[in-house]
Amino acid sequence: MSLSPVDLRARAEAASGHLPGLILSAERLASMVAPGAHGLRRAGPGEDFWQYRPASEGDTARSIDWRRSARSDVQFVRDREAQTAQAAGIWLSRDAGMDFTGGPDRPTKAERGRLLALALGMLMLRGGEKVALLGQPPRAGRLQAERLAEGLVTRADDTDPAAALRPQMRVVVISDFLSDPAWVQTLLARAAGLGSMGVLLQILDPDEATFPYAGAVEFRAPGGGPRHDSRDAEGLRNAYLQRLADRRDWLSAQARQAGWQFGGHVTNAPASEVLGWLWQALGQGAR
Amino acid sequence: MLLLGPLGFASPWVLGALVALPVLWVILRAMPPAPKRIVFPGVALLAGLVDRSPVARRTPWWLLLLRLAAIAALILAFAGPIWKPVVQVPADGPLLVVMDAGYAAAPDWSARQARADRALVEAAADGRPAALLLANGQSDAVLTFQPADSLRAGLRGAQPAAWGSALPNDPQAALAAPPEGQLSTLWLADGTDYANRAAWLQALSDRGPVTVVPPARPLRTLSLAEDETPSLTLHATDDAALQVEAIGPDPQGVERALATLTPGDPISQDGLTVRPVAIDLPPELRNRIARFQIRGERHAGAVVLADDRVRRRKVGLVGDPADQAEGQRLLAQTHYLRQALAPTTDLVEGALGDVLDAAPDVIVLADQVQLAENAELAEWVQQGGLLIRFAGPRMAAFDRLMEEPLLPVAPRQGGRDIGGALSWGDPRGLAPFATDGPFAGLTPPDEVTVRAQLMAQPSPQLSERTIAALSDGTPLITRDRMGQGQVVLVHVTANAEWSNLPLSGLFVQMMERLVATARLSPAEEAAEDREQPFWTPQTVLDGSGHAADPTDLMPVAAEEMAQGPGPGRPAGIYVAGERRQALNAGGPFSLADWPGATVEDVRTAPGRDLKGLLLALAALLLALDALGSSMLARGGRRIGTAAVILLLAVLPAPRVQAQDIDADLARAADEVALAYVITGDSRVDEASEQGLWGLSQALRQRTSVEPGRPIGIDLDEDDLSLLTFLYWPVTESQPAPGPQAYLRLNDFLRSGGMILFDTRDGDVTGVGGPDMSGALRRLAAPLDIPPLAPVPEDHVLTRTFYLLSDFPGRWQGNPVWLEAPPLAAETSTGAPFRQLNDGVSPVVIGGNSWAEAWAVDDNGYPVFPIGSGWEGEQQREMAYRFGINLIMYVLTGNYKSDQVHVPALLDRLRIEEVLAP
Repeated sequence: MSLSPVDLRARAEAASGHLPGLILSAERLASMVAPGAHGLRRAGPGEDFWQYRPASEGDTARSIDWRRSARSDVQFVRDREAQTAQAAGIWLSRDAGMDFTGGPDRPTKAERGRLLALALGMLMLRGGEKVALLGQPPRAGRLQAERLAEGLVTRADDTDPAAALRPQMRVVVISDFLSDPAWVQTLLARAAGLGSMGVLLQILDPDEATFPYAGAVEFRAPGGGPRHDSRDAEGLRNAYLQRLADRRDWLSAQARQAGWQFGGHVTNAPASEVLGWLWQALGQGAR
Repeated sequence: MLLLGPLGFASPWVLGALVALPVLWVILRAMPPAPKRIVFPGVALLAGLVDRSPVARRTPWWLLLLRLAAIAALILAFAGPIWKPVVQVPADGPLLVVMDAGYAAAPDWSARQARADRALVEAAADGRPAALLLANGQSDAVLTFQPADSLRAGLRGAQPAAWGSALPNDPQAALAAPPEGQLSTLWLADGTDYANRAAWLQALSDRGPVTVVPPARPLRTLSLAEDETPSLTLHATDDAALQVEAIGPDPQGVERALATLTPGDPISQDGLTVRPVAIDLPPELRNRIARFQIRGERHAGAVVLADDRVRRRKVGLVGDPADQAEGQRLLAQTHYLRQALAPTTDLVEGALGDVLDAAPDVIVLADQVQLAENAELAEWVQQGGLLIRFAGPRMAAFDRLMEEPLLPVAPRQGGRDIGGALSWGDPRGLAPFATDGPFAGLTPPDEVTVRAQLMAQPSPQLSERTIAALSDGTPLITRDRMGQGQVVLVHVTANAEWSNLPLSGLFVQMMERLVATARLSPAEEAAEDREQPFWTPQTVLDGSGHAADPTDLMPVAAEEMAQGPGPGRPAGIYVAGERRQALNAGGPFSLADWPGATVEDVRTAPGRDLKGLLLALAALLLALDALGSSMLARGGRRIGTAAVILLLAVLPAPRVQAQDIDADLARAADEVALAYVITGDSRVDEASEQGLWGLSQALRQRTSVEPGRPIGIDLDEDDLSLLTFLYWPVTESQPAPGPQAYLRLNDFLRSGGMILFDTRDGDVTGVGGPDMSGALRRLAAPLDIPPLAPVPEDHVLTRTFYLLSDFPGRWQGNPVWLEAPPLAAETSTGAPFRQLNDGVSPVVIGGNSWAEAWAVDDNGYPVFPIGSGWEGEQQREMAYRFGINLIMYVLTGNYKSDQVHVPALLDRLRIEEVLAP
C-alpha cells in the first residue's frame, strides 16, 4: 500500500495527538531510574578526572598540569576519563499480534512496547547517549525524544532489524517472539559479527502466558493467517505452556551465545519493573 | 376424540410423536454448542496440537430440558387439546337440524351456521342421514333426509330472512318420510315464540330427543308505536338501554346518523323489557330520517323504516285575522283545521307572508282571495309546496273569481245551495272515493252531507282534476299540479257552515292524506297509474338490516301488507300510488319455552381449546432457549442485558411514584412566601430576592399578610402548584423554559396563580429604542394569556388596600397591563366601578422595575436609588403601596369589589352620626 505524503502527514498528526501523554508517562518512568556512570574507564576525552600520568613525548606544554608538576620534578599530565556517547537502537515489532490484549483492563502489547521503548530511549538520552529507532540515524539531545515518540506511533513498515545493525551499537529488540523466530537467529549472528550487544525483550499478554481458555474454541491469528480449531482448549493448556517455555529457553540460549540478554515481560505487570531490568541489562553491557 | 380425565384431544394420533422425544434427547445431547471464536496471537504455538480427548461438550441439562419441553408443547398443541370437552351422546338415527332463520337469528348467524355445520359434520362422520329445516316460512315440502355432507353447501348459502321465523304449518306432513331409526333433532332457536313452534316441538319430541341451542346474545327489536305522535318502542330480552340512531341523508345528501334517541324508563313484562323512545326532533331533521336503528344491533328487527307516519310536515295555516272574537272562535275555519292538523303536523299560523318565511310543506288558506303575496306563493308552489284552499262565503262572493290565480279549476261565482229552505233536493252525500286517488281506501260515512258548495266551470280537465266528488258528480275537492307542487281546492268551507264534513272523522283522515302527499318526488308520483291494491317494494331489507335489492320481488297485495312482513314481502318501504308504507320486522315478541327438550348451555358448549395456550408456551420456551444458547456462546457476558430486555418486555410498566414535595416549596406555601423566577442573571436575581423581601417586610408591617423569605423558582425544576404569586423579571439573556415548565405554568395560571411580568425597562420604553418587549413576547408566547388591556381606572387593583391611580416602581408613568374586561361589562349604573371579571387576572405586565423599588438590603436600607430626594422616596412609598395592593389582589381576588356598597354605607353612617347625639 502506497501512502501519499499528505496521507502520511495526516496520519502522523492524528497519531501524534497522544504524544504528550506518552512522553509524560515515559518521563515518569524514566525519573524512577537514576542514570548510572557513563565513563568508559579509560583515559580519553571527557570531563571527569581519570589519572595523572608523567608527560611523555607528544604531550603539548598546554596539557601539563602545572599544579601537580610543581610538587615534584616530573611533569604530569592530567588525563580525563573517556566519555564517548554510545549509540543505541530500539526495535519494536510491528507484528499484527502485538495489537492483542486479552482484556480491557490492560494495554495491548504494542502499547506497552511503545511505552517501554520511549521510556528507555528518554532514559538513555538523559544519560547522553545517542538513541534512535533501529534504521534511523542515532542522535542525542532532548529533541530526539520527540522524534522517537513520533516514530513509535507512526505505523511505518517493519524494517529488518538485522539489516539496520551498525557496529558497536546497543540494540533493544522488543517483540512477542510468538511467530516463526528464524529472524532472531539471523539478527543475533549478524550482531555478533558486528560487535553489537543488546537485549531481547519478550512482551506477552497474560492470556498468552497462562492460556486460560476452555471448551470449544476456534483460535485465529490476528490479521488472518493460520487458525486452530479445538474442542477442548483446556486440554491444550499444558502442551501450549510447554511450547512457550521451550521457545523462551531457545531464545535465552540464542541470546547467551551472542552475548545478548533475554528478558520477559507480561503486560499486567508494572512497566517500571521491566524498565529497571532493561536499564540494568544495558548498563552492565556498557561497563 | 381421546379423553384423559378432563382433557380431550381432537387428533390424538399426533401424540404418537411424543415417542420421538427420547431420540431427540440423545441427538440434542450430542449436539455441541458452537465454538467460541477467539483471536489469539499464539496460534503458531498451537499448530499441530491435538485435543487430548476429542469428545464433544454436552449441552447443559437445563437447555436440553427447555428444548424438549418446547417440542413437547408443540406436539401437544397440534394434538388439539380441549379442556373439559363436550362429549356428544352417540346417536345413530337420522338427524334433523332446525334453524330459526328469522331476523332474530341474524346477529349471530355465522355462529349458528358453524354450530349447525358441526352437527352435520359429526353426523356425516357417523354416517347418519340428515335434513336441514330453515324456519323462514319459505319451505313447505316434505323433509327429505340425505347424507349430511350434501347439506353443508346449502347451509353455507342460507341467509336469515327479514321477517320473523316461521315453520311449515303441518309438522306431521313435513315429517312424513323419515328414514329408519330414532330421529334426533338439533334446534338452533332464536329465542322468539312464533306460530306452530309448539306443535313442531311436540311432534319432534315424539319422534326422539330434541336438543335446543338457545341464542347466545340478547335480542332487541324496535317498533313504531301507532299513535298520534309517532314514537318508537324498544323491546329487549335484557335490561340494556341501547340508544337508537336516527339515520338519514344530511343536507349534503350523505347518509349518516342525524340524531341519537335515548330510551325512556323500562317496563318489564314476561321477561322482556320495553322502553318507549320518544322521537323528539325538530321537523326539519325528522323529515330527513330514513330509518331508525338500535345502535350496535345488526338485524332487520332493530330497524324501523320511516314512512309517512314518521314524517311530520310543517303546515302553514292562514285564516281570517279578524275573527278572533271569543264567541266566534269555535266557528272559525281555522279552528277545525287546527284541530284536524295539530296532532300530526307542526302548525305555523299567521299572515301569509310570515307563514311563507317559515318554509312550510303545506299552506292551508281558509277562504282567502286577492292575496298580496300571490307571486311568492306561486313560486313556493312551483318549488314543491302543497297549497290547500278552502272555499267560503268570501270566495263565493268575490266578483273576479275567474281571474283569481292559484286555483286548480275555474270556479263559478256564487256557489250552490243544496237542501236549503228555498232549494229543491236534499243535501248531498259523498260519492265513494276513487281507488287511485289520494283518498283510496277511505269510506265516506253516510251522515256526511254538503249543503253548499262552490261550483266549477265545466271543462275537459274537470273530472281528471277532481279527487273527491259529491254523489251527483259535482266536485268536492279538485287538484292541479303546478311545477313540482300542487294546488288543492276544497269546494266547501273548513267549518260546519256549508257541510258537516269538518265535524266528521273523515275530515281528519282526508287532511292527513292530503298533507301526506306534500313534497313527494315525481318518481313516487309516477306509481299513480299502477293498479292500486298492490304495493310495490321500493326499498327492502335483508335479515341483517341492510338494504337489499327489491327488483325481483313481486308487488304485494294490500291484504297481505296488513299481516306484516313475511315470505315474499320482506321488511322495507312499499309504494302504492302516492302512498308509502313501511313494513317493519321488529315488534313485540314473546320468549319461547322448550318443554321436553334439552337446552344446551351455550357458555360451556365447546370446551376450552388449549392449542393457542400451548403454542404460546412453546414460543416462550424457544425464546428462553435462544437466550440460554446465546448465554452459552457469549460466555454470559451480555446475558444480563438480554435478560433485562426480556423482563422489560414481559413485566408491566412500574407505577409512577408520587413525587415528594420540595421542603423549600412546602415552606413557601406554608408561609405564603413570595416567589420569583430565577433568570440566571445573578444581578437581577439578587434584586428580585431583595425586592420581594422588602415587599414582604412592608406587608408584615402594614397588613395581616406575613410572608416568609422569598423563594427563587427554577421553572424547569420546581413545582408551581403550591404557589400563588410569581414575580418574573424579563431579561434579554433568559433562556425560555422547557415545554414541561410551560405546562406547569399554564396549570398555575388556570388554578388561580398570578405572574407579575416586569420588563424593567420603564426608563427606556416608549421612546422607540430597544426594550424588552421582544424578550417578553418570546417568554410568554406559550402561556395561556387572555386578551390584555391597560388597567382601567376602576379596576379592583386600584383599591384592594390603598387607593391608587398609578403603579410606580423604580420608573413611573408606564401603563400596566392585565386581563381585558369582557366586552359586555359596561359601566353599571351608580356603581363607582365596574363589576368586572370574577377571577383575578392571571398576569400583570408592566415595565416599572418594581423589585428594584422594593429592594432592601440586610440592614433594611433601600438598595437602588429612585428619582431624587423626597419625591423619590414618595415614589418608593407608592411602589410599596402598589405591591401591597397587588398581593391583596392575588390573595383576595375581587373581594374588594364589594366597595361598591361603600358610598351607601358611608351615607348610612353619616345619618346615624347625625341622629345619635
